[in-house]
Amino acid sequence: MSIEIDRVNKRFRDFVAVDDASLTFREGELTALLGPSGSGKTTLLRIIAGLEQPDSGRIRFHGEDTTDLHVSKRGVGFVFQHYALFKHMSVFDNVAFGLTVRPRSTRPTKREIRDKVMRLLELVQLDWTAHRYPHQLSGGQRQRIALARALAVEPKVLLLDEPFGALDAKVRAELRRWLRRLHDEIHVTSIFVTHDQEEALEVSDRVIVMNQGRVEQDGSPEEVYDAPANPFVYRFLGNVNRFDAHIHEGSARIGEVTLPAPQYPHHRHASGHAFVRAHDIDVLATADQPDTLAARISLVSVVGPTVRLELVTDQGDTPIHAEMAKHRFNALGLEQGGQAWLRPRQGRVFLPEEATG
Amino acid sequence: MNTFNQATRDGRDAGAPAVVDDGDLARRWQRATDEPAWLKAVLITTALIFVGLFLVLPLSVVLYGAFERGLAAWFEAVRDPDALSAIRLTLLIVAIVVPLNTVFGVAAAWAIAKFEFPGKPVLISLIDMPFAISPVVVGLIFVILFGSQGWLGPWLAAHDLRIIFAAPGIVIVIAFGTLPFIARELIPLMQQQGKEEEEASLTLGAGGLKTFWYVTLPNIKWGLIYGVILCNARAMGEFGAVAVVSGRIRGETNTVPLHIEVLYNEYMFTAAFAVSSLLTGLALVTIAIKSIIEWQDERQKRRAAA
Repeated sequence: MSIEIDRVNKRFRDFVAVDDASLTFREGELTALLGPSGSGKTTLLRIIAGLEQPDSGRIRFHGEDTTDLHVSKRGVGFVFQHYALFKHMSVFDNVAFGLTVRPRSTRPTKREIRDKVMRLLELVQLDWTAHRYPHQLSGGQRQRIALARALAVEPKVLLLDEPFGALDAKVRAELRRWLRRLHDEIHVTSIFVTHDQEEALEVSDRVIVMNQGRVEQDGSPEEVYDAPANPFVYRFLGNVNRFDAHIHEGSARIGEVTLPAPQYPHHRHASGHAFVRAHDIDVLATADQPDTLAARISLVSVVGPTVRLELVTDQGDTPIHAEMAKHRFNALGLEQGGQAWLRPRQGRVFLPEEATG
Repeated sequence: MNTFNQATRDGRDAGAPAVVDDGDLARRWQRATDEPAWLKAVLITTALIFVGLFLVLPLSVVLYGAFERGLAAWFEAVRDPDALSAIRLTLLIVAIVVPLNTVFGVAAAWAIAKFEFPGKPVLISLIDMPFAISPVVVGLIFVILFGSQGWLGPWLAAHDLRIIFAAPGIVIVIAFGTLPFIARELIPLMQQQGKEEEEASLTLGAGGLKTFWYVTLPNIKWGLIYGVILCNARAMGEFGAVAVVSGRIRGETNTVPLHIEVLYNEYMFTAAFAVSSLLTGLALVTIAIKSIIEWQDERQKRRAAA
C-alpha cells in the first residue's frame, strides 16, 4: 500500500508543525522520518494514522483519499514510543484486542484468534509471555508485544513513533536490527519516526529528513549521508566541520587546500562554506605534503577504538573536529598541544544563502 | 509514620542492585529523617486523644443511645411508618442522584483530561463550587428558582409541577451538593493516564464506545468506585439544603437525616439514636469499603510500578 501526502499543513496555535509537506511512501518500503525534536515528524506520522487532522492537504492510501476517514477505519498499525499497552490486560489479550473488538459479523472465532495471537507472539519471539501482564516485561519486550498487537489486525501500513526511544542503547541496537529482519519477512509498508540518525541509516530503505515542518531531503540512506542536499542535513547527519571557502570557477579554496565545487562552474571569487565530516579529515604529523592546513591539537579524547581530536587553525575561531583510528593516532605520534597538518579528503561546498539552514 | 517507612524501603530498593553499602545508606536515611522518641510519643498521643474525643466517643454514644433500651426498642423505632418512609425516600434519591453524578463526573473528567478547550480552568473551578457554598444557601437558591414565589414558580404551578417541598427538589439539591465527588476523583487519575492507550485502541479498529468500555473504564475503575461511594455516603447524609427545600412533610418529604432531627426535637432520643445508628452503620461500611479499595488500588499500583 503506497501512501501519498499532498501539501499537508498543520499548526498548533502559533507553532507550525508541518509546513506544506508533500511525500510519497512506496509500497513495501521501510522509511525513516528523521529530524530533531519539533521538526514535525511525529505530527506527520499521526496525521497519516488519523490521530491528528491536517489543517489543509490530502492523505491518500493507494490512490484512495483517506483524509476524512476515522482512525479506527484506516487500517493502520501504530506503535507508540511508550508502548501504550493495555495495563489491565494480559499479553495475550493485548495482542488479541484488535480482533476481539471487531463486530460479530467480521470477528474470527475464538480458536482462530488464539492461533493468530500465538503465531504473532512466536514471530516476536515472546510466545512464553502470553499470560503475563505488561508490567512484568522489560521495555524491549513490551515494545515487541506492542508491535505484535499492531500486526494482529493485518494493517496495510505500519507506523512507528520513536519505537526505540525509551530503551537503553544496547537493547535499542538489537531491536532495530530485529525490526529490519522482521520487515524483510512481512514487507508491510512501514514508516518510523526517529531523531537518531544512526538508527535511520541502519534500518531503513529510505530516509526523509525533516526540519521545522519541512522536508529537507528524501533519498536512500547512502544518498542523504553522502550527498546531503543542504547544510542542515549535513549537520544533522554526523559530526561535521564548516570552513570558510573561496569559490572560483568550479573549485573552492580553504587556505592552501582546494576542494572541487563542480556545482558552481560560473561563480567567480564568491565566498561560501565548505562542509567536511570529521572522519574525512586526514591528520598528518609532518608538513611534507601539499594542500594542508597547519593546526594545533587542543584536545584529544579516546573513545574505544577511535580517537577524536579538536584542532585550532588560523582559518577560524571554531575548533576543527577530526576522527581517526587509535592505532593510526599512535603510529603518527601525535599528542595534545602538539602541531599537526590537516587535509580535507572530501567535502561539499555551499553558497552562503544556502548555508542558513 | 507511613511516609517514613515508605521512604526507607524505597531507598533500600533503589540502592540494592548496585551499591555494596546500601545498608549504610538506609541507616543514614533513617537517621536523617528520624525524630526523637519523646517527640514521636507526643505526636502519637495527641493524635490518639483527638481521634478518641471527636470520633470514637460520639460514635459510641450513638450506638449506646440506640441500643440502650434493647433491640426491641431499636426495631420499633426503625419500623415506624415515618421512619420507613424516610428510608425509602432517601434510597430513592440516592438511586437517582448517584447515577446522575456518575455520568456527569465521568463526562467532565473525560473532557478535562483528554481535550484542550477554552474555559477549561473555569470549568475545573466551577466543579468545586458546591463544596464552597453553604448548603443552606444552595437550598435557598433553588427555592428562589422554583418556589411558589420564585422565578419559575408560576409556570410550574400552571403546569401542575411540584419541585420545592417535593422529591424533585430534594434530588436537585443533593445532586448539586454531591456533584464534585466523582469528577474530583477522576480528573487527576485521567490526566495522569494520558490518552495513549485510547489512541492505541482506536488504531486497532475499536470505536469510541468500545474504547471507553474496554480501555478507559478498567483504567479508572477503582477511582470511580471510590468516588461513587463517597458520593453515596454524602447523598444519604445531606441535611442543610434538603431541610430548606423539603418542607419536612412527615412521611412524605422527610429524608433520614431530617427524620432524625424531627425525632430529636420531639424528645424521642432512643428513636433518634436508633435511626442515627443506621446512618452511622452506613458510614462504617463506607469506610471499610473505601479502605479495601484503597488497599486494592495501592496493590495494583505497586504491581504496575514493579
